[in-house]
Amino acid sequence: MSSLGLYNYWVVVVLMMSGLYIVVAHGNLVKKLIGLNVFQASVFMMYISMGKVAGGTAPILDESIKVYSNPLPHVLILTGIVVGVATTAVGAALIVRIKRAYGTIEEYEIEKHEIEEEETNAAEGLTCF
Amino acid sequence: MNNQPIVRIGAKIMIPFIMLFALYVQFHGDFGPGGGFQAGVIFAASLILYAIIYDVEEARKIVHPWALNIFLGLGIILYAGTGIAGIFLGGNFLDYNVLAHDPVHGQHLGILLVELGVGITVTCAMTIIFFIFARQEH
Amino acid sequence: MLLSHLPALQVVLPLIAAPICLVLHHARLAWAWAMLISWSAFGIALSLLNRVLSEGVISYHIGKWAPPWGIEYRLDEASVFMLVLVTTIGVVVTTFAKESVEKEIVKEKIHLFYTCYLLCFAGLLGMSITGDVFNIFVFLEISSLSAYALISMSDDRRALTASFRYLVMGTVGATFYIIGVGLIYMATGSLNIADLAVKLPAVADTQTVRAALAFLIVGLSLKLALFPLHSWLPNAYAYAPSAVSAFIAATATKVAVYVMLRVIFTIFGVSYVFGTMNLGPAILSLAIMGMFAASAMAISQKNVKRLLAYSSIAQIGYIMLGISFATVTGLSGGIVHLFNHALIKCCLFMVMGCVFFRINSTDIKDMAGLGKRMPFTMAAFVIGGLSLIGVPSTVGFISKWYLMQAAFEAGSWVIAIMIPLSSLLAVVYIWRVVEVAYFSPSPDGETAIKEAPVSMQIPIWVMVAGIFYFGINAEFTLDVARRAAESLLGGIVL
Repeated sequence: MSSLGLYNYWVVVVLMMSGLYIVVAHGNLVKKLIGLNVFQASVFMMYISMGKVAGGTAPILDESIKVYSNPLPHVLILTGIVVGVATTAVGAALIVRIKRAYGTIEEYEIEKHEIEEEETNAAEGLTCF
Repeated sequence: MNNQPIVRIGAKIMIPFIMLFALYVQFHGDFGPGGGFQAGVIFAASLILYAIIYDVEEARKIVHPWALNIFLGLGIILYAGTGIAGIFLGGNFLDYNVLAHDPVHGQHLGILLVELGVGITVTCAMTIIFFIFARQEH
Repeated sequence: MLLSHLPALQVVLPLIAAPICLVLHHARLAWAWAMLISWSAFGIALSLLNRVLSEGVISYHIGKWAPPWGIEYRLDEASVFMLVLVTTIGVVVTTFAKESVEKEIVKEKIHLFYTCYLLCFAGLLGMSITGDVFNIFVFLEISSLSAYALISMSDDRRALTASFRYLVMGTVGATFYIIGVGLIYMATGSLNIADLAVKLPAVADTQTVRAALAFLIVGLSLKLALFPLHSWLPNAYAYAPSAVSAFIAATATKVAVYVMLRVIFTIFGVSYVFGTMNLGPAILSLAIMGMFAASAMAISQKNVKRLLAYSSIAQIGYIMLGISFATVTGLSGGIVHLFNHALIKCCLFMVMGCVFFRINSTDIKDMAGLGKRMPFTMAAFVIGGLSLIGVPSTVGFISKWYLMQAAFEAGSWVIAIMIPLSSLLAVVYIWRVVEVAYFSPSPDGETAIKEAPVSMQIPIWVMVAGIFYFGINAEFTLDVARRAAESLLGGIVL
């Protein structure tokens, strides 16, 4: 099979890498969460592609159908999608609370707040040592 | 969106059909593509559409958050209860064969109950998630 | 009749208990319910241990679908060992949690706390018991998602960012894991661990399987916080509510280590991972770097919980060191250290929970003179600390001794010397806390501080008793660990 014949796996790789890149490169927490979703979507794509059997139809029981695709990866990834939704919900809830606590969802600003907090703590600590 | 008659009336016509489609996906799940997850999400989508069009507070009056919480738990208990029933009827956990006198009927009944539990839980979970996030703005 | 269904009930019981806990909607009631469930789970785990040790492997088929098609719950020595560990910690921490949680979490949210706690508990038990690689992923996510929620329940706003970072890293790790699972499913068409062990050798020499191994190892390393992938751990442990720190530090990373053991030894097999792919030196060097680097970072911490978190990363290094030898001694040393470290860290984090309960802080500077005002609590800290260093007659000694022995067996005395050498770093960071607590004058005016409540003291002293008991009489743990190691190294578990 030529490499073009496996094009959905190329899509998987591209999605996976761009998702991971967004997670790493962006400081905005919402963008990070979106990157995570793109990353997970690539896995969904991979599982769905691997269930395809050449020449197979949808796996519905019927006498006229001899060859059908493997439904198991689809069922597995349905679970994967649900896990993804749950992760996104938890992540979004955390972002809402972070916004309320820090007033921002930019990572570097949050870090600035945290360093300030550490420093004020340290300044108080100097008297003890 | 109170001043948008087209959207309001359009939604009013659509919502019952979305719900009906959800029920179709739910109960036709053991013959064709479908099942509790998809049906739950579609059903929740109809509730969320209602909330978007007619305001979240209105939607909260129709489906009380406490009712959602209770049904969220009940859905899981229905699922797990079907599994436990398998144990008490002499099979393994989640063994559907023993649920009815004949294994094929048992499988039917089992998958129906389990998917119903999943459907109820997913509907409630999605709606709760939406309600919680919608409240943030106020 | 129920006896034969115990493997299913072990997981299902806490899983059903969680939504019931949500419906209970009352703080004390939720705690009592969680207590009841964790004791029952503990009882089930003990009876399963008894059965596995006397009768051998138990296999339970969910829904009577025979493996490799259906989901199988498979109990051998290694998995039952993890069940006992997780449920023991569960019982101890639930007892401890009552007062601690009432102080640290708003009353309206306490029932939600116990709901998440039970879910996390169920997830960890499920990961240990299941014999299906995809099922492991599902339970991994159940436990992780509830862990994120538990961590974010703390009052400290830094817990939110810590939890979010954990969520991002944890999800990336778990997704790597399912990519790996997907690739081995592509190559073999099976998800059952025992079946995979049979089918993989035939296709082992393909790019797909090699990529699968890489994805699985990296994903799980993220989850168990192996040295360069640990950055989510310190803040998550430091700012979580005390009971959560104690529970997660003692169980979550340990269960991930167990899954790693399964992947390396049962699914792929020793000869493939350590022979053909030669991963031994890589894991060994990361483990040793972790032991030193994390201990060194622990020394410079100002917050004791953060200090303990860094020390946890170093201890993961010890466990992975034992695994990287791939010998029975090394592996059983690693497994014993996994158990021992869980006892020690649970004890130390509970001590910090007591300290926080009284002085509202876990910074070293605030602990001045605490040795006199909270004598019992701080005594437990000293004992836990000594055990972390590896003083004879405590559990830490047993496992480090075993690891050194394994290093000698592997013919590398350099590594053998590194083990006590890195323990010296532990002496330094434990001493920093002890010095402030015992030899600094207590600040004036704060005379009202007294001992933590008895219900928080009892679990701590149970753990201390465990530290001494298993430190002096190590027969039981060593025996189980050795049998687990042998069954893992024997390839397919029969």
